[in-house]
Amino acid sequence: MKLTTLMLGLCSASLLAVAAHAESITIATVNNGDMIRMQKLTDDFTSKNPDIELNWVTLEENVLRERVTTDIATKGGQYDVMTIGTYEVPIWAKQNWLLPLDNLGDNYDAADIIPAIAGGLSVDGKLYAAPFYGESSFVMYRKDLMEKAGLTMPDAPTWEFIGEAARKMTDRDNDINGICLRGKAGWGENMAFLTAMSNSFGARWFDEEWKPQFDQPEWKETLDTYVKLMNDAGPSGASSNGFNENLALFQQGKCGMWIDATVAASFVSNPQDSTVADKVGYALAPDTGLGKRGNWLWAWSLAIPAGTQKADAAQKFVAWATSKDYLELVAEKEGWANVPPGTRTSLYENPKYQEAAPFAKMTLDSINAADPTKPTVKPVPYVGVQFVAIPEFQGLGTTVGQLFSAALAGQMSVDDALKQAQDAATATMTEGGYIQ
Amino acid sequence: MATRQTQTLARFMLAPSVIMLLVWMVIPLGITLWFSFQQYNPLNPIRDGFIGFDNYALFYANPAFLQSILNTLILVGSVLAITVIGGIMLALLLDQPMWGQGMVRILVISPFFVMPPVAALVWKNMIMHPGYGVFADISRFFGLQPVDWFAQYPLFSIILIVAWQWLPFATLILLTSLQSLDGEQKEAAEMDGAGFVSRFIYLILPHLARGITVVILIQTIFLLAVYAEILVTTNGGPGYASTNLPFLVYQKASLEFKIGQASAGGIIAVILANIVAIFLMRAVGKNLDK
Amino acid sequence: MARAVSNQHKTIVTVAAWIVAFLIFFPILYTIITSFKSETEAIAGFNMIPSGTTESYEEVQSQYNYFKPFMNSVILSLGSTLLALLIAVPAAWSMAFSPTRRTKDILMWMLSTKMMPAVAVLFPMYLIFRDLGLLDSRLGLTVMLTMINLPIVVWMLYTYFREIPGEILEAARMDGASLWNEIIHVLTPMAVPGIASTMLLNIILAWNEAFWTIRLTAIEAAPLTAFISSFSSPQGLFWAKLSAASTLAIAPILIMGWFSQKQLVRGLTFGAVK
Repeated sequence: MKLTTLMLGLCSASLLAVAAHAESITIATVNNGDMIRMQKLTDDFTSKNPDIELNWVTLEENVLRERVTTDIATKGGQYDVMTIGTYEVPIWAKQNWLLPLDNLGDNYDAADIIPAIAGGLSVDGKLYAAPFYGESSFVMYRKDLMEKAGLTMPDAPTWEFIGEAARKMTDRDNDINGICLRGKAGWGENMAFLTAMSNSFGARWFDEEWKPQFDQPEWKETLDTYVKLMNDAGPSGASSNGFNENLALFQQGKCGMWIDATVAASFVSNPQDSTVADKVGYALAPDTGLGKRGNWLWAWSLAIPAGTQKADAAQKFVAWATSKDYLELVAEKEGWANVPPGTRTSLYENPKYQEAAPFAKMTLDSINAADPTKPTVKPVPYVGVQFVAIPEFQGLGTTVGQLFSAALAGQMSVDDALKQAQDAATATMTEGGYIQ
Repeated sequence: MATRQTQTLARFMLAPSVIMLLVWMVIPLGITLWFSFQQYNPLNPIRDGFIGFDNYALFYANPAFLQSILNTLILVGSVLAITVIGGIMLALLLDQPMWGQGMVRILVISPFFVMPPVAALVWKNMIMHPGYGVFADISRFFGLQPVDWFAQYPLFSIILIVAWQWLPFATLILLTSLQSLDGEQKEAAEMDGAGFVSRFIYLILPHLARGITVVILIQTIFLLAVYAEILVTTNGGPGYASTNLPFLVYQKASLEFKIGQASAGGIIAVILANIVAIFLMRAVGKNLDK
Repeated sequence: MARAVSNQHKTIVTVAAWIVAFLIFFPILYTIITSFKSETEAIAGFNMIPSGTTESYEEVQSQYNYFKPFMNSVILSLGSTLLALLIAVPAAWSMAFSPTRRTKDILMWMLSTKMMPAVAVLFPMYLIFRDLGLLDSRLGLTVMLTMINLPIVVWMLYTYFREIPGEILEAARMDGASLWNEIIHVLTPMAVPGIASTMLLNIILAWNEAFWTIRLTAIEAAPLTAFISSFSSPQGLFWAKLSAASTLAIAPILIMGWFSQKQLVRGLTFGAVK
């Protein structure tokens, strides 16, 4: 039995070697549900393009980012298509590391891409990556607990209301925490949330002169609010909670509210995984009346490195994976609720999608409320809502994230964390030549 | 005695290993040394060029630097202590006659076969997770608040995972060493009416000295380089609480792409490793020559 | 009477040893158990009895064909082990039988080459591998793994060979045996157990190497360490799936280790005995 499998495997391996005459492209991607679904649907692509063979390298987010960045920076040429985010695209495009996507086919309809997302993926009006799925962040809350607390969630709440509601909903004896927020250190973890939150308090990473702003009162207010709120109404061990941990907590009914990625809506409202599927309401991310909300903007996107020898095949694949037809294909095979969200305006106009995804309108409103070129109240020299699109940000964001995570864990005071963050940022910016 | 011919032959046989390892050492070390004097950031190449000792100064000025060295030493020291002491106790236990000795031995050595990322993932998710881990389930069973290990005791948690991986190795070597102890000697000591404690101190421990030295030597080499377990679990945090030197270098190299600073950190790590090695060599040289 | 006492003693020892062994093995056991649970069961609290579903394995297999990374792991760990032995056996041999004043220093220096943190040289190494066309190639990775483990292999063989009494060599030589005969008929039989356990240890180390095997591969050469990396921390908690992937990644080496443990243990002394 085992031997047969082995023989079969060997045979298929040698067959593959023969078939390799067809052009094969290598796609590096992240191991999120939507990407894995795409891998399973590639028969559709290969039947339409029999001369192209697809090879997948699926990695977890951190390793993926490290791998593709190393490869593109050294022109290693290991990949023909890379899955990258809105953070990398402007930086890499400026270095001429990416091919502009100007040949996606006649019926691709690039104008249909949601403008906020397209803006984040374009440099000088040229699209350098095609969005596979896009997300913002918003408030997910338990309608039943909100009612029990005697409150009504407005469509556009303030931080003050969120704080009050979180404290009222908290019932530690019954293992219910008023609010679950990210605390795990990382520029894409707690700093994504905190940077977006800080925008609504009018804070910014740098002023127009690239001078770090962690010594300003807006950041203190942000971090104070966050730490106090989490101490009063957050789950224990919040400093190691990221998206996954909070998702699990919310699905188990242990969170009154959760402010996180809009894609989470399809998980928490899925009765198969979530015990609270029928009790979830949605609202825009909170503000403080300064005109900016605390929601981010992100899109996992497909880009083609400039060094590839197989640009045409790669472009064909990118066009297929981000097309309207692909959305139809997923809908047909897996239902409209599983379609990768947040990329195309037409999806949100589709009544079938609206019906399958009750959070569709709130998602679109959230995405539209984020502006990567003007993220916060005061002017900034950078692009990016929950990040700063400079190469130094990955490292700096993570360093600051660790400090803020330590503040949340109570290992450091808010003031110390901010002071060290300011020092770290000043050192990084001096070293990078932004400031003297 | 060894003739000239055999000596030549011996050199000839030794040469490939030495030459290959020399090349293997010199090339990376040379490149690293060269990069450590350069500003080199492939993501922001504008300011690249020779900058003297600035990378070393910057790496040293990093607020995480001293803590990372301390953490490295604590990590290595604690894991060594746990595995050597635990290994001796386990070896003494396994040396006794019992039923199912073979099976017990198989179970005990199993963690040694588990690849580090898997070990870290398993401990992080299945065992120590504050919500769904087995430890949390146990706490709740006793009506206690589950401990969030990686946030509250980050370095300890890493030490626990790494010690789990290396305990089997220590146990095996010490057990083999223990079994080579002359049965007659043991019996003679027992006849003399020596209690377990004095037998342990005057007979067993001296006999195990070599084994302990070997365990320390081999493990130190691997423990100085621990990084996957940190990456998977705490990411060096909270703060810098679980950042060790390799992880700090990793952050510089693979997160910030400050290749110059990472190289300077690498050179510092090599120097630290060699200081540790000199101490070890003295101890090992003494014990292994006996 | 004495026998009763000894039996009682044996019972106590047995119970204690089994408890300790169970605790040490528990994380692995629980991973295997969890791999046969559904995702809901997996996070539903402590439970040692799974429903026995294999859906996680099917899910894992449909996402990443296990066969290829498995074969790569086999090829890489065997290849690098054989290559390392080829280089190390003569070296250890000569150090054990024709020791000089420098032998100990050379050994220590060899071990010290392992102290360069891999993370620091990733970028330069990537450039070298790129220029040699070795990225994502089994050949490049085999050489890499060989060099990484060579010091340990030399050390282990050296300590083993040193146990072989030199007089036997002298005696054979007196009998007029040629060098070749000496190696084949006298030394090899004595050296085989040591070589075998060195080989086993090196296979384990190569199989579990998780830095270079992930960084320098994409598809063609990616072994099981890369396989596991595509299942760790996805969006959402998929512990059953993660457990299934983990089980698949460690099972081959675990089983090999179990079957060969006697052999492995015999040589895994690094000169600690005597």
